Order: sequence, then structure tokens, then C-alpha cells
Amino acid sequence: MSDAVMDSHDHDHHHGPAHKGFKRWLFTTNHKDIGTMYLIFALVMLFVGGAFALVIRAELFMPGLQIVSPDYFNQMTTMHGLVMVFMVIMPAMTGLANWQIPLMIGAPDMALPRLNNWSFWILPIALALIGSTLFIDGPGPNFGWTFYAPLSTTYGPPSTDYMIFAIHLLGLSSIMGSINIIVTIFNLRAPGMTLMKMPIFVWTWLITAFLIIAVMPVLAGAVTMMLMDRHFGTAFFEAGGGGDPVMFQHIFWFFGHPEVYILILPAFGVISEVIPTFSSKKIFGYRFMVYATASIAILSFVVWAHHMFTTGIPLAAELFFMYTTMLIAVPTGIKVFNWVGTMWRGALRFEPPMLFAVAFVILFTIGGFSGLMLSIVPADYQYQDTYFVVAHFHYVLVPGALFGIMTAVYYWLPKWSGKMYSHKLANWHFWLTVISLNLTFFPMHFLGLAGMPRRIPDYALQFTNFNAVATVGAFMFGLSQLVFVWLIISTVRSGKPTTPEVWESSHGLEWTLPSPPPYHTFETPPHVE
Amino acid sequence: MSNKPDIYYVPESSHWPAVGAAGLFFFFLGLIMWLHHHPVAEYIFYVGALILAYMMFGWFGDVIRESQSGLYDKRMDKSFRISMMWFIFSEVMFFGAFFGALFYTRVLSVPWLAGAGHQEFTHMLLWPNFTAHWPLLLNPDQSQFLGPKAAMGVWGIATFNTIVLLTSGVTITLAHWALKKGERNKLLIWQGLTVLLGIIFLISQGHEYYHAYTELDMRLNSGIYSTTFFMLTGFHGAHVTIGTIMLMVTWFRCKKGHFTNENHFAFEAVSWYWHFVDIVWLLLFIFVYWL
Repeated sequence: MSDAVMDSHDHDHHHGPAHKGFKRWLFTTNHKDIGTMYLIFALVMLFVGGAFALVIRAELFMPGLQIVSPDYFNQMTTMHGLVMVFMVIMPAMTGLANWQIPLMIGAPDMALPRLNNWSFWILPIALALIGSTLFIDGPGPNFGWTFYAPLSTTYGPPSTDYMIFAIHLLGLSSIMGSINIIVTIFNLRAPGMTLMKMPIFVWTWLITAFLIIAVMPVLAGAVTMMLMDRHFGTAFFEAGGGGDPVMFQHIFWFFGHPEVYILILPAFGVISEVIPTFSSKKIFGYRFMVYATASIAILSFVVWAHHMFTTGIPLAAELFFMYTTMLIAVPTGIKVFNWVGTMWRGALRFEPPMLFAVAFVILFTIGGFSGLMLSIVPADYQYQDTYFVVAHFHYVLVPGALFGIMTAVYYWLPKWSGKMYSHKLANWHFWLTVISLNLTFFPMHFLGLAGMPRRIPDYALQFTNFNAVATVGAFMFGLSQLVFVWLIISTVRSGKPTTPEVWESSHGLEWTLPSPPPYHTFETPPHVE
Repeated sequence: MSNKPDIYYVPESSHWPAVGAAGLFFFFLGLIMWLHHHPVAEYIFYVGALILAYMMFGWFGDVIRESQSGLYDKRMDKSFRISMMWFIFSEVMFFGAFFGALFYTRVLSVPWLAGAGHQEFTHMLLWPNFTAHWPLLLNPDQSQFLGPKAAMGVWGIATFNTIVLLTSGVTITLAHWALKKGERNKLLIWQGLTVLLGIIFLISQGHEYYHAYTELDMRLNSGIYSTTFFMLTGFHGAHVTIGTIMLMVTWFRCKKGHFTNENHFAFEAVSWYWHFVDIVWLLLFIFVYWL
């Protein structure tokens, strides 16, 4: 098949980019260029969002107001959440989709290449709008990343409007990106690549894209209602006019819960690619992996009110949402079981991607279990708005979604760049990251169970020790990521050239291409057995 | 076109996405500054809108030229079709949020404010004199949200508009049939009639809003009934406006002979969009005006 790949380059097509320098990136229609831009954007924003987190942790190192004002602290929690969700995890996953989906299904590019570029370039625009709020007069958004009404309507600072339109732009970007991904997967698969032969990563992104198209418009609706309430006197979230502030939470979490699966499903896909390679086996239970992903996606639409157990919703609703939430543990359990099943009696090789993947399986499962605890209504009355919730979702997002991305980078960077990184450096990065993240987030479970509320700049004395540990861990975690950046730069600049297969028993179309793949690939589609 | 090899067209590069991003930036920045009463806000907004219009002309122009010169294969046509369907799905979900708000307030939160469903204390402690009814004319806090004098009628303008839009659904189908049979003149007449019906709908909705503001004292700030009324019908009207503009563009493209009886994706996409707007209106007629 690699002959077919080589042949395709004898066309009259040009071989490289149409422009050089800045224009190449601004005007590009190439999925690899766009994927690279998404990934670099996400990496830069990881440090921006991380800096916000370190402000939070520095303030919480000791009790009492030490470094920032409570209002600034609130701006930091808001911006940290918004940046990490919308400008780190989502763009990074989209970047992976851009690079990998055409290579994995044998497509010449994404189906709508110009739209693809627009989806990316909207991101810096949205960043400019929301980022400017930290520098203009008056406070930035300061009500948490969930921007609940009436904090964001009646009491929201003027800068809230910047956030509203930034959300609109981010929604536009991710909806267009997802339409592109769905069309590419449905329409540009190579002959023979049936749906049930697709790599799991492609499957998970197909389902994620569906979720994005289904719920980002709902978020757009929510922020539009906020805007109207703020400026035009509508009564969506005003009880005095017959509306209801709790309705905001319903609409927000109808978006918000599928959103957490949007963040994690592509990571599931990455892990499902990596574990078979480094276990020298095929994935265990391919069909069940696909069905489980689809079940998770469908269930994610009927669990949203588990974020709202203490708002006074009817008991029947609490029971319904408790049971549906617990039901999600079943398909998720299937996935974890199948990953372990894939490793069972495999010839395991603990190279860097595998290290991250195994850590993902273990640490994500911790986050899953704490989620199960939170789903129990009477228990949630205790946990609601405590650090236990913070511990829970950081365990699914950091060693979950973020580790998924890092696993993908360690797995595919040699393919993208044609060069192998230093395994020693990668091991350093892995161990520093794993130790420091547990140091940061594990004590938060205890803090939450002991009653420390989230989103406060000051706390009672008895919480000091665990908070100090968490802060030390957070700074260690932040510094460890510099190793990651250095590893990427040094690999791209001066890594050792690698083979097309890169890994022993790697599987899939992307490994049939040279490393790095030429600028245009699969212009003549390959045939899949 | 069919004798071309099966090569999926990938443009070399395009500056339109970058132009579009710049347009969006000024458009939204201007809008925000306008809300904050900044003196130059409107100019920034207009610059953004102009850039976006320029981008649409240029980008769609590129696509039309590529299509006319036969660069697109069957798969490209399918890509466009799938993406249009998913775009309409995203629009369905957007309207879903506002319909959700309508149902939630009507069925749950308004009755709760009047003490239904174990919410006695909410009722007693907040607005003990409040009674639930729909359309909600007397709001819980009449000093902050003065309710409208009367609800919007259903058997007047709304019914007329329903007939207008349903008829336009028929005319666009007749235009499609004419296009498939290659009857250019019939196509132009039916498509022109569809445009006309769209414009009639918009004028009559404008009249309805005028009636609401001047005679019923029903405004955006008259409580949740008029909030949901104006936001749902308003977003629908915005979609009719966009749809009418798209219909006009396709009319001119029909006149130029861009479409063949086999290859006319743009025409079909616009008609899908128009039918979608039509269905949203039917739901509005039932749940906002009638029931």
C-alpha cells in the first residue's frame, strides 16, 4: 500500500504548502497544518489556564487573604475553568482529530478544508474578547465557569458581555469543526473502511462531534437569554417576571453534562488505540467499546440535574437523575474492563504512551468512583459545593482528558514530526506529572469530606495542611509541564529519525505512511481489507 | 463531470476564513461596545458586518466558481448535503433551548410561584397574591415587570402568517419540481413567489409587533409570557429573513442558469432550510399562540 501512497504524489499537485511564513498558517486548508495550530494553541493556553490555577493555589497555601482580593480570586476560578474547558481540552482534541482522522480513515483531507481553517481562527478571536476582560476597567467575569444566573445577570459585571460573545464564538468554532469531522468520517472513508472497521479513536470523535452539535447551540441559547435579561429586560431568569433562576442551571447543565463527555470521549479513543499497540494485541471487545461510547453519549442527555440536587428540584426528579447517572457507570465500566482485558496476557511494553495510558485507566477510575459517590442524592447534599467535587472533576479532567491528550502526543508525535523523543525525558515528565497531580488533587477529597467549600479565597485553620500540600503539588505539576514543552521542542528540532511504523505492533493506516507524512496524503484512497 | 477521476477537491489555500475571523471580531466587539454605550461602537460593528458580507460574497463566489468549472465530484456534493443537515440539526437544538424555556416556565416554574408542587413557602414568602395562569398577564412583581394588557391573538395575523408560510412551502416544492423538469420560466415564477411570500410574512410580523407594542402594551420587558413570545417569534423571524435572502440569491442563480436538473445542491439546501423554518413556525403557532 505504501507504493500507492508514493504514486499519489506524481500528480501535478504541488507537494508542499501554497504559501510560506505567516501566510501558510493563516490561509492554510491543510488538515495537518490546522491540527498543528490547534495543538500549539491548546499547549499555550494550558500554561495560561495553569497560571490562573497557580494564583488560586498560591492564595490557598495559607488561610487568610494573602495575595489577591476575593474578587480577583473569583475571576481566576472563572477564567481557569473557561480557558481549560474551551481553549485547552476542546481545541487539543480537535487538533488530534484534524491530524489523525484523515490519516486513520484514508481521506485526502478534512471534507471542508476552508471551514476547518475558519473554525481554528475563530479561537484566537474569542480569546482576545474574553482575555481582554482581565485588562479593561472593572472586574472580569467573576461567577465561576458555570456563570449561574443571577450572578451573571443581575449581579454580573459589564465584562460579562465579552464572555457571552466569546462563548458564542467558541460555540461557532466547535460546531463548524464538528460538522467537518462528521462529514469527513461519513463521506471520506477509504474503500473497505466500513464503520465497524474504523479505529476506536475515530468512533469516539464521531460521537463527540454529534454531542457538540447537539449541545453547543443550547449553550448559545443560554448565553443569549443572559444577554437579553441583562440588557433588554426579559424575564428568563427573573422570578419577579415569572421566570426562574434555576432554569438557567437546567439549560446550562443540559449543555454541561454532555460537555464533560465531549471532553473525555476522544481521550477514551486515544487510550483505546494505545493500549492494544503496547499490549501487542487487538483491542478486546471492539464492538462493545463502540456501543459503550454511544450509550454514554445518549445517557449524557438525561443526567443533567445531578448537578442541581440541592436546588430544591422535586424528589421524583432527584431519584430519576440519580438512577440515570448511576447507569452511566455501566458503559464506563465496560470500557475500563475492556482496556484491562486488552492488557490481560498481552506482551506489555511500558513505553511513554503506555505509561500515560495505564495511569489514565487507574486515575480516571478514581474520578469515576468519586462521581458515583456524588450521584447518590443524600450523600450529595453533603458533598455539594465542597472540595470533594473539585477533586472529583479534576481527577476525570487531568489524569483523564489531559492525560488522553498527552498519551496521544507521545503516541503520534513521532509520526507527525518523523522524529523520536527522548524516552528518558518522557519518563521524567510522566513520573513528575503523576506524582504531583496526585499530590495536588488527592488531598482535596479529604478537604471536601471535612467540609471545605469550593470557590473561596480563605478557609478555616483546620484545612491548612492539606491545602499547603495541594499547593506544593500544583506548582510541581506546573513546572513539570515545562519538561513536556522542552521535550516537544527538542524532538521536533533534533530528535532521532524514526520508521514509518514507529512502534512495534502499531496498527492502522497512519502507520503505513512515512514519518513524517508528506504534506498531502491519501489523495488516491488506499484500499482497506 | 462524471468522467473525471475520483479525486476529492481540496483547495490550495484560501484567505476567506481569516477575513471571516476578522469580521467576526469587529462585529462582536462593536456589539459589546454598543451595549456599553461607547461612542464609536456602531462604526466598529458596521465595519465587522461589512467584512462579513465581503467574506460571504467572496467565499460563496469561490465555491460557485469551483462548482461551475466542474471541480466537484459526487462526493463533494454529498459532503455539502451532510453538512447542511447537521447545520440544520444545530439550529433545531438552538430553538430547542428556547422552547425548553417556554415549557419549563409554563408547566413548572409559574405554577410553583403560585404554590403548586409543595412550593407553598415559595408562594407565601415571595408573592402571596400571585396566581398562575397562561398567558401570564399579571406578573409576580408588577412593579418591576408590568404585564401586558392582553395576550396576542391567534386567529388574526398569526393564522394569516401560518397560511402564508405553508403556501410558501408548496411554492418552493413546485419550483423544485420545475427545476427537475428543466422548466426555467416556471422555476423562476414559483421561486419568485416563495420570496414574495417570505417578504409578506415579515411585513405582517412587523405589523404584529407594532400592534403588540402600541395596543397591547406587550414589550420585551413585560414578563415571561412576552419574553418567550418575542424571543421565539423574533429568532424565527430572523431565520425567515436569512431564508428569504438565501431564496433571493438562489433566484438569481436560477436566472443565471447555475443549476442543472441533476446538480443543484444550493437550491435544495435553501429549500431544506425553508422547510425547517416552516416547521418551527408550526410549533410556534401551536405552543406560543394557540394552546
